[in-house]
Amino acid sequence: MSPITPGNYLPSEYLPIMILMIIAGAFGAGALIVGALFRIRRSYREKLMPYESGNPPIGEPRYRFSVKFYIIAMLFVVFDVEAVFLYPWALVYDKIGLYALIEMMLFITVLVVGYIYAWKKEAFKWD
Amino acid sequence: MNIPFPNLMPVAPEIIITVAASILLIFDLALRNKGPLAFLSLLAAGVTVYAIIQPASLGETFGGMFISDSYSVYFKLIFMVNLILTVLISLKYLQRQKAEYGEYYSLLLFATAGMMLMASAKDLIVLYLGLELMALSTYILAGIKRHDIKSNEAAMKYFLLGSFSSALLLYGISLLYGLTTTTDLYQIAAYLKQTGSSMPLLMSMTLIAVAFSFKIAAAPFHMWAPDVYEGAPTSVTAFMSVGPKAAGFAVIGRVFLMSAFQGMQADWTPILIGIAILTMAVGNIVALSQTNIKRMLAYSSIAHAGYALLGIIAGTEEGLHAMMTYLLIYAFMNIGAFAIVILLDKGDEIKDYEGLSKSRPLVAALMLVFMFSLTGIPPTAGFIGKFNIFMAAIKAGYTWLVVIAVIFSAISAYYYLRVVMNMYMKEMKQEAAIAPSPSLGLAILITVLMVFIIGIMPSVVIG
Repeated sequence: MSPITPGNYLPSEYLPIMILMIIAGAFGAGALIVGALFRIRRSYREKLMPYESGNPPIGEPRYRFSVKFYIIAMLFVVFDVEAVFLYPWALVYDKIGLYALIEMMLFITVLVVGYIYAWKKEAFKWD
Repeated sequence: MNIPFPNLMPVAPEIIITVAASILLIFDLALRNKGPLAFLSLLAAGVTVYAIIQPASLGETFGGMFISDSYSVYFKLIFMVNLILTVLISLKYLQRQKAEYGEYYSLLLFATAGMMLMASAKDLIVLYLGLELMALSTYILAGIKRHDIKSNEAAMKYFLLGSFSSALLLYGISLLYGLTTTTDLYQIAAYLKQTGSSMPLLMSMTLIAVAFSFKIAAAPFHMWAPDVYEGAPTSVTAFMSVGPKAAGFAVIGRVFLMSAFQGMQADWTPILIGIAILTMAVGNIVALSQTNIKRMLAYSSIAHAGYALLGIIAGTEEGLHAMMTYLLIYAFMNIGAFAIVILLDKGDEIKDYEGLSKSRPLVAALMLVFMFSLTGIPPTAGFIGKFNIFMAAIKAGYTWLVVIAVIFSAISAYYYLRVVMNMYMKEMKQEAAIAPSPSLGLAILITVLMVFIIGIMPSVVIG
């Protein structure tokens, strides 16, 4: 395999994934097109109602969520991403050594500062 | 494989600022009175200035992703001036605005750390990291008056347009990486010297130029600036109109003149000339019709970005120096003007300044100095800044561009001097109330002294 230089890199290993994506897209679009061509068009009241898994729709379509959900979601993302970084770190830990340990300690310290802050600001309390 | 421990001396200023910001965040939880936090941030800024001016701090580190050279040191000092003056003017102002949150100081420090990273970035990834750190902190700062609907609007608009420009920057960076397989700015420059320009490269350069134009609020990417500057608390407006702008110029200078796109000067100069002319035109002409002084200063800051761009366009060492000096001078005179706006109890509208010279002669005289300096009238610093930048552009052969700039500069006199006319020639409607405090007084003293010192002895900032 030739070395990767600008202009000659073709990600050919990913070709099956690209084919899969094309088939998936064609399948979805094909189902819709075939359906639109052959289905019987007869509309009545129930059919034109918004689809809510078979239940009759209740209330406004725009529903306001409590802002607390967003805070919880944000905190989840932060600590989830932290975990994502920990996995590759653990894999190469023995190859990098002490430097990796110090580096990860610094990273976690920064997150702990944020954690204490969020805790004291009562971001984890629901009421 | 054993990775050697990186030399931390070049990043010491950034480390100090970041650690201080984290400590402030924790302290804030325990403190009811937020005054000490301001003094702690001043202390941190002082220590950082000391770390910046250490000759031992020059050099590269983190595998050549981070560079500390005389260019970045100069910009970091501008950021420190910005930080210190902002803390001084906001101390009492936040109490008055009932927006005294401890996070304010911590966010100022984080934003400054981001700007410093931008100035020192030798790698596109570090550049982007610094840009996001700065941008995210300033979005929150713009909306720090949580119960004020205008402040909310400012934060929202700034966030939406700012993230849009970040996306453009990332797109440009990814194209550049695809073309050169490296994110190191100087290696990109070396590679592009061999290959010359191509269509994808021009597209990448345009995207990056657009993203940076957003940050410096250059037309036609300036739309966010007036609304954000008007809605944000005045101290934050002062901070935003200097810091992120200087950081934007720092990366433009680094990416376009010193590294990556160095060899493509012929390609980007026409783009920047167009942006600069449009910026000066929009900034100066729209400022004429403003009635709110913060909006007026927002358009004036757009216009000043246009003048400073001339230094980049000149493309010479001298132009770069003139641009840096200009930004330092701009920091003093602009924050000074905002400090006066903060000093007045009611000073957001231009008509609030009517007859100020009768009720508060000293305040009016100080505002006069800052307005003269922004116009560029000697013996103030603003004159030196403009003179330098125009001279550099003329020497580089852009006389026609300087003629345009001078014409727009003359137009700008109308709206700056209208404030002066309101203060000195209109009848007083009511006694103007002021809200002085020692720290605000100190900030005004520093800025007015620097405006005169630089104006009379330009050698302190040049060379």
